[in-house]
Amino acid sequence: MNASQSSRHRRVGDSPAIKWLLIGTAVAVAIALLIMPLLVIFVEALGAGWGTLADNLTDQYTLHAIGLTLFVAALTVPLNLVFGTALAWLVTRFRFPGRKLLITLIDIPFAVSPVVAGLLYLLLYGRNGWVGSWLADHDVQLMFSWPGIVMVTVFVTCPFVARELIPLMQQQGSEEEEAGVVLGASGWRIFRTITLPNIKWALIYGVVLTNARAVGEFGAVSVVSGNIRGQTNTLPLHVELLYQDYNIVGAFASASLLAGIAVFTLAVKGFVEWRQTRTLNRLQTEETA
Amino acid sequence: MTITVDGINKRFGQFQALNNVSLNIPEGKLTALLGPSGSGKTTLLRIIAGLESADSGRVAFSGKDVTKLHVRDRNIGFVFQHYALFRHMTVAQNIAFGLESLPRKQRPPKAEIQKRVSELLDMIQLPHRAQRFPAQLSGGQKQRVALARSIATRPKILLLDEPFGALDAKVRKDLRRWLRNLHDEFHFTSIFVTHDQEEALELSDQVVVMSQGNVEQVNEPTELYARPDSRFVFNFLGQVNVLSGEVKHGSLSQGNARVTLPGIQHQGSAQLYLRPHEVRLATVPAEHANLPLRIEAVSLIGSEVRVELRPEGWTSEGSDDIWEVGISHAEFNDQRPTRGDLRYAVPEVGHLFTGKDTQPETVSWAEAKSFPRVRLIN
Repeated sequence: MNASQSSRHRRVGDSPAIKWLLIGTAVAVAIALLIMPLLVIFVEALGAGWGTLADNLTDQYTLHAIGLTLFVAALTVPLNLVFGTALAWLVTRFRFPGRKLLITLIDIPFAVSPVVAGLLYLLLYGRNGWVGSWLADHDVQLMFSWPGIVMVTVFVTCPFVARELIPLMQQQGSEEEEAGVVLGASGWRIFRTITLPNIKWALIYGVVLTNARAVGEFGAVSVVSGNIRGQTNTLPLHVELLYQDYNIVGAFASASLLAGIAVFTLAVKGFVEWRQTRTLNRLQTEETA
Repeated sequence: MTITVDGINKRFGQFQALNNVSLNIPEGKLTALLGPSGSGKTTLLRIIAGLESADSGRVAFSGKDVTKLHVRDRNIGFVFQHYALFRHMTVAQNIAFGLESLPRKQRPPKAEIQKRVSELLDMIQLPHRAQRFPAQLSGGQKQRVALARSIATRPKILLLDEPFGALDAKVRKDLRRWLRNLHDEFHFTSIFVTHDQEEALELSDQVVVMSQGNVEQVNEPTELYARPDSRFVFNFLGQVNVLSGEVKHGSLSQGNARVTLPGIQHQGSAQLYLRPHEVRLATVPAEHANLPLRIEAVSLIGSEVRVELRPEGWTSEGSDDIWEVGISHAEFNDQRPTRGDLRYAVPEVGHLFTGKDTQPETVSWAEAKSFPRVRLIN
């Protein structure tokens, strides 16, 4: 009796010393690598007072960088929202040769270094590139201007929505949609009233991640933008430029904006996750009740 | 509405799911598509519904070709094995979905839709569950909602894909009876897919037995059970005892097993198929049969006592080399057969298969029946 009780309470690895050692290590690492740098950004940005921070943020070039960054994100997110949803729909609702390959190809932007991606675009669409030279003859310039930045940002962020949706849609299957079509619903009605509500939270999650990455992308953008101050400088590039100009406060001021966006994204992500688990829990408790 | 299926072929890659299938489904009848998994029954149902397209062949409803008609426009009710209820909609919204999907001109006004939904909720005996979500319902309740949803637009044809497959035995029995009543009340032309022979025989007016993409036999349940056309149908519709051997001078033998076959002219190899209820057990061999068996197991559960026996000095072709014989509880109490006892099987009616694809010949040992049972038991 006694033996069985103690064996139930003390499972393997359930030693308090190990538990607290692991927790302590995790907390220490988190503070050193995550929380300290984040704090430093805000401390440095505010180091010369609120006034300087405001001056730096309302600087003409900084304002332009903020505007351009938001503009790029505003184009990228809807594009990848549509693209990701269509792609997830395609690979989970249809069987065709090359489907497995396509699912693998979705991950290429994650596997390839963003700098390499930027270079590829430069080689292809630059003035001397295969497509770029033809475009140049027709007076279209993609690289070193905002369309190029949007193109590489779309490339780098395109897996997020699809990656979130594919497992979910695979697991949910297509029976509900089949039921809808048997009941006479049009394709659009099925998507709007059946598919979309089922994937809503995963979709929002994918959008949050896409947006975070679109705002923060550095490598690929730096290759194709040309870093022209006031023209093709996004916020992450602007941070680097300011830093190289020894404008430390200015660099940290812009960096604090990016960090602020990141913290906000995390908060939204947390909320979305909480909503999802809450819905699931509610359904489960009501089922057992 | 009659349903005609004509020369349907369907391939999935290398796999021939349906092989030139033709069928007539009579109006107002409940037809079962029965077969083991992989026999093509679900594929056939989905082709009739329009959820899958055939490689060749045609489907007609009441003579009208619907092969090219989109599933959306076929106006059929379809019930999925796993219910496929819309998980984020309430029960009432689920049932109303079909009515609200009608083109604007045919769509009834909101009040009428609500009225129809509450009628259907009453019919499925779930009026107080209207505002619940599917996840809050039990399996049987979900399937009833799925049924109500499928018939809300008053289709003439109701197709059900293993409708009770995911339910436990008790609920399944209730729902079966309920579906039968529903069918009789509304006079749909219904087809349901099942791999459960009992379900098919009990519930349907007509059974279509399928195997490997082919239709094996179509008949009413009682006829089908009494007169299976092929070894497959015989095997599939319940337990069967087989004696496989050589026929010489009107007698089938193998090892030390022997059965005389009155009225059989065939010579050469043949198989005798016997249902558990077509065989009796005796302690001495009968004049027309010597089939020694040793009792392996006795199961008392059910209205009959089920005795499993292993052939002694010969082999059976059936499952696991086992014969199964049903005896009444009274008989059991008289004889007290126990594991290890030797018994002799006495066939009363049998079915002899001779050629490869031929129908069986029925063999009856009428005189055997006239033997007083007491004498045989000894």
